[in-house]
Amino acid sequence: MPTVKSLDDLKKIREEALKKQQMKETSGKSEVIVGMGTVGIAAGARETLKAILDTIEEDNLENIIVRQTGNIGLDSFEPIVQVILPGKEKVTYGKVNGDMARKIMKQHVVGGEIVKEYQIEG
Amino acid sequence: MRELALHILDIAENSISAGADRIRISVEENLREDRLTITIEDNGKGMDAETVARITDPFITSRTTRSVGLGIPFFKAAAEACEGYFTIQSQPGLGTTVTAVFKRSHIDRMPLGDLAGTLQTLIIGTPEVHWIFEYRINDEEFQFDDQPVKVILAGIPLSDPSVMRYIRETLRTGIDKVRQKSLTPANH
Repeated sequence: MPTVKSLDDLKKIREEALKKQQMKETSGKSEVIVGMGTVGIAAGARETLKAILDTIEEDNLENIIVRQTGNIGLDSFEPIVQVILPGKEKVTYGKVNGDMARKIMKQHVVGGEIVKEYQIEG
Repeated sequence: MRELALHILDIAENSISAGADRIRISVEENLREDRLTITIEDNGKGMDAETVARITDPFITSRTTRSVGLGIPFFKAAAEACEGYFTIQSQPGLGTTVTAVFKRSHIDRMPLGDLAGTLQTLIIGTPEVHWIFEYRINDEEFQFDDQPVKVILAGIPLSDPSVMRYIRETLRTGIDKVRQKSLTPANH
């Protein structure tokens, strides 16, 4: 893959993504939210979010929306990650580092099974 | 926080909380004048002079400010510890510009850190904001404006894996190129 990318490359990426989108049923999107307030950032929330983005890229995961939000209000549990699968209740995870984030992505977001040991009341 | 890039992330989060939909981040390393300047400019709701004073000085912070702006005194202290300075220019209804200037070679100056990681976080995590990033070392400059990218994508989300790869590689290559070019002795 060439290292320097142009906007033409992006047009190709879009065409490919559109094709894939048309082939798939609209099953809804999963949402992953990372708290990115000052406390979260100081506790490593950027690295947590980065691990989530890297997992999506490495495993080519489609139909996932990643969002960051300000303070979630659970300072002592930062970094906080919340997962909302289509039609499901929001699940909140606390003190999530990069490795934990990867596990949450694979087991919960892809596999549909909540990672109980990281879950907190939220 | 041990990286300037984390402070940038924190200040940009304040801009998002202030309702900005256009945020410009500029990092300039001036090797000739031994200065490093970070600017974060937004079109959010802005603040009056009293609010600016309150969030800048931790000793006058009242509990009503909640956690927004919590990182500002630390960023200010970091700049002032490096023979630099820190300013907030803000006008209600127009937006806010935060500027931090450091003596670049100062022993206490934090490293810039993972700039690309900070930008990736902001661009992908907050797609409703128009992000503009400028990185300059002396006369070498890299600019990334995410508007043309969003226009081309038209409906394809930024968190699509190939789009993310595109953004990550564009940022990394752009930043690396500026650093490589400015490493030539003639530029010092």
